[in-house]
Amino acid sequence: MIPATFEYHPASSVDEAIALLSQYGDDAKLLAGGHSLIPTMKLRLAQPAHLIDIGRIPGLSYIREEGNVVAVGALTTYATIERSEVLRRHFALLPECASVIGDPQVRNRGTIGGSISHADPSADMPGAVRALKAEIRVRGPNGERTVAADDFFLGTFTTALEPGEMVTEIRFPLPPARTGSAYTKLANKASHYAVAGCAAVVTLGADGACTAASVVITGAGTMPTRASAVEAALVGKQLNEATVAEAASHAAEGLELMEDIHGSKQYRAQMAAVMARRAILKAAERARG
Amino acid sequence: MGIAALVGTPIKRREDPRLITGQATYVDDIKLPGMLYMAVLRSPYGHARIRSINTEAAKQAPGVVAVYTAQDLKGVVGNIPVAAPLPPHITNGMGRRGPLAEGKVRFYGDPVAVVIAESRYGARDALDLIEVDYEPLPAVVDPEKAAQPDAPLLYEEFGTNVAASVRPPTDEIDRVFAETQANGGIVVKQRMVNQRLAPSPMETRGVVAEFRKADRTLTIWSSSQIPHLLRNYLAEQLGLPQHQVRVIVPEVGGGFGCKLNIYPEEALAAFAAMKTGHPVKWIEDRSENLAVTIHGRDQINYVEVAATREGKITGLKVHVVSDLGAYLQFFTDVIAIAFTLPMICGCYDIPVAYGSCDIVFTNKAPTDAYRGAGRPEAAYIAERAVDLVAHALGKDPAEVRMINFVKPEQFPHKMATGTVYDSGNYQLALEKAMQLIGYQQLRAEQAQKRAQGKLMGIGISSYVEICGIGPKGLTPFGLYESARVRVDQSGDVLIYTGASPHGQGEETTFAQIAADEFGIPIERVLVLHGDTDSTPEGRGTYGSRTTAVGGTAVYNAVQKLKEKMKQIAAHMLEASPADVTLEDGKFSVAGAPQKAVTFAEVAAAANFSNTLPPGIEPGLETTVFFEPEACTFPFGTHICVVEIDKDTGEVHLRRYVAVDDCGRQLNPLLVAGQIHGGIVQGVGQALFEGVVYDENGQLLTSTFMDYAMPLASELPPFELDHTVTPTPYNPLGVKGVGEAGTIAATPAVAGAVADALGLPHVDIPFTPERIWRIIQQQQAQPQA
Repeated sequence: MIPATFEYHPASSVDEAIALLSQYGDDAKLLAGGHSLIPTMKLRLAQPAHLIDIGRIPGLSYIREEGNVVAVGALTTYATIERSEVLRRHFALLPECASVIGDPQVRNRGTIGGSISHADPSADMPGAVRALKAEIRVRGPNGERTVAADDFFLGTFTTALEPGEMVTEIRFPLPPARTGSAYTKLANKASHYAVAGCAAVVTLGADGACTAASVVITGAGTMPTRASAVEAALVGKQLNEATVAEAASHAAEGLELMEDIHGSKQYRAQMAAVMARRAILKAAERARG
Repeated sequence: MGIAALVGTPIKRREDPRLITGQATYVDDIKLPGMLYMAVLRSPYGHARIRSINTEAAKQAPGVVAVYTAQDLKGVVGNIPVAAPLPPHITNGMGRRGPLAEGKVRFYGDPVAVVIAESRYGARDALDLIEVDYEPLPAVVDPEKAAQPDAPLLYEEFGTNVAASVRPPTDEIDRVFAETQANGGIVVKQRMVNQRLAPSPMETRGVVAEFRKADRTLTIWSSSQIPHLLRNYLAEQLGLPQHQVRVIVPEVGGGFGCKLNIYPEEALAAFAAMKTGHPVKWIEDRSENLAVTIHGRDQINYVEVAATREGKITGLKVHVVSDLGAYLQFFTDVIAIAFTLPMICGCYDIPVAYGSCDIVFTNKAPTDAYRGAGRPEAAYIAERAVDLVAHALGKDPAEVRMINFVKPEQFPHKMATGTVYDSGNYQLALEKAMQLIGYQQLRAEQAQKRAQGKLMGIGISSYVEICGIGPKGLTPFGLYESARVRVDQSGDVLIYTGASPHGQGEETTFAQIAADEFGIPIERVLVLHGDTDSTPEGRGTYGSRTTAVGGTAVYNAVQKLKEKMKQIAAHMLEASPADVTLEDGKFSVAGAPQKAVTFAEVAAAANFSNTLPPGIEPGLETTVFFEPEACTFPFGTHICVVEIDKDTGEVHLRRYVAVDDCGRQLNPLLVAGQIHGGIVQGVGQALFEGVVYDENGQLLTSTFMDYAMPLASELPPFELDHTVTPTPYNPLGVKGVGEAGTIAATPAVAGAVADALGLPHVDIPFTPERIWRIIQQQQAQPQA
């Protein structure tokens, strides 16, 4: 478990990191918390010749309320997210999601920007970011742009990041009133990544009926996937055990299912439905306050 | 015995301050001038022929000093040692190997070549430059398939993968089964898989080898449980006299049996050190540890049990298929035959028991002793068998246990297997555990939960195991233990033990024994171990033997010194030795307590010959060897409660009660620590762990991302209690406790899960999907 030779480049600013990325191209990898990248390097599954350490760039770790948005810096650790009062107030799902990632050591090092850039299909944070319909601010050699979370995740370990680009900020729009959110997962007992997980956000009308729903499945499929059929089945309904169970039964529709020793496709499909039901019920309860 | 001031007291471990403040020295902390590093090239195939190996490019790589293959070792380094080779095939060489694979690789991770380089990184990088031309061969990973006539053969020259079979005549057990059925009784059959586990100590293996050419002395630092055995066998492997080999075992970060072996890397590092003239270090990485360090368990058990309608077991028939893996390590071939079969009756007075066994080679890592070593499998068989009877008869499993226990007045008791148990009170332990957990209330709660459609189960494990090995005849070499005790001039005591504690805490318990017997503070006693140059010949720490065997050696040595000190004290006090007593660190004359000399004064006197009585040698030092006449049999009952999430199949362990009897407890705190750790490993087997290979012999659990270790957060607090039934076979009355928790826990959890599901048996490990599938089946076909 010794990585192949690489050159280490500590970047002191985003511009420097982008310049280095542009210089080394495909031979380079960004290192943030390192808790996904370093293990794959130690197994020599990844052998980048250049490692650009962005972990020391100042000013990329923050949680800020900016009008109708909460902005989270790319280098904000899971531990910081887990303990954030601001996030807890607006998006219960985010601290909840962060709290079930790995163990305290991982949460103290791993970052939200690193997780979404890595785009591991079994990771928890990409699903949460997608369910909250965040906007992802990225910077590259051609300047800055913003990508909607729904457009960001393209496949297994694949994102909309162009060569030379890095994530700098994740922007969460404040939810309307009577919105609740939750994250549930069935953890792989070894890695504690999700065998199946669900990030759910529901908004209720004055009459208690669901007016909007955002449901994303992690772990079961090859990428964090929006469960559109579930969402459609929820909107307009009073959310109770029966209606939610019926809606959640559509959770695996559209998923490109994965399979390994921790779960067959069939099991993952079923667990996606179970996790969806539990997350939606919890989110609805939170929406009711 | 002196006054028991320390023995029986829960004092803290004396070894812990250095361990928890980072001041302990492990193998990887050994750094020698000019040291080189070794990396091992391993087979990526489960089974393949090696057509050729080209090491030229690797030899040219920067910093590389040497590259060795099996060709370099031929005639120089002998085979990996095996303690007890069994006929017919193993005695003829089947399953034996040199340190590097020759001609064929037989499992994923099989060592093929080594690189010796100036840095660990350089050595690793050069591995990628070695070209091996492999011809992949069909692999076999299932021991039952491997036993079939058409299976791919690991050792073609033997024409079979079955290394040995034990098949006694079945006449008697057949008769018992027939009679039982004729009398209205039952015979229940069940196939059980006891899956393969990776011992996974926190510290992986490691070795540093240094060879001094001038006097041809080899020093080996190794993370091992058996320094003396390692020295003796390694000397033989390398053709060196034993006295020119020194083994030092520094701190060991867990062994659990996997370091009770002589592995290829020890001889390889030694060979490299002898060839290059430089010290050579090898540290196993985690992926190597999961792939090539021995695995444990891996048995398939066919269990048939007969019982009367009342629940009295009349006969037990067990066939064991033991998966050896691809090669033999130290005890690989004898685990099932020597440790599982003799214990299949558990703590039940079964009139007739039958055990048969096939030991089979497969394209997987070698199996060997892992915490319990064959006894967890036996306890699992016995406990599941009793539960099968209870389930078939609709009886409470506690009741069936009570009916069948060996009774306290029957000890020493010869079991139907021929094994003689020393002492026990099984019913008391079960009753105590039932009371502690509130068994009847739990059964009531379970009935309520069932009515609500919830899955809750209660599991009982009334285990017994075999410890304190070993009496003569168990292995080709004696399994005695030794102690050298010295009282120095200032009255301080040094204990050199031949056992090799590596986390069990004997630096504390052995000091407790000596301090009590001498009547001095524990601070004046130091326990030393792990260096073959300073400790007397010993057999190491495994099989929960160290306190029963090594502790007794310490006790006996102390007695000898006490006698000598009494003679010296008597001379000083001008009294008869028979009238002198030692109490509270003072020798005094019976009836005249004012006539006294202190322990330190006698120690000083012993080292000045002009103050000694005539005929007494100066000095206070003695070496004692102790070989027990028989084994000890610790026992107890563990009861646990599980709840199952019907939607996901996840098993939640809600409560866990353990009542253990390890004989007399020298230090209850250490006993509790052993029980806690043991339970976790046993629960790990039931709920989480399992080594998985695909059909080509590829290892699918090669990192902790896929091999699931139990976590503290997944376990309830353990509720512990104990009974005390001393063994008559050593003066301390101790039995052993290192493996008890592991042996007990797996069947307890297995019983609870089967109980929750209302089934006779479910195979471990209870992974969520496995349980979910069972629940799905049950819902699809509701029971009548």
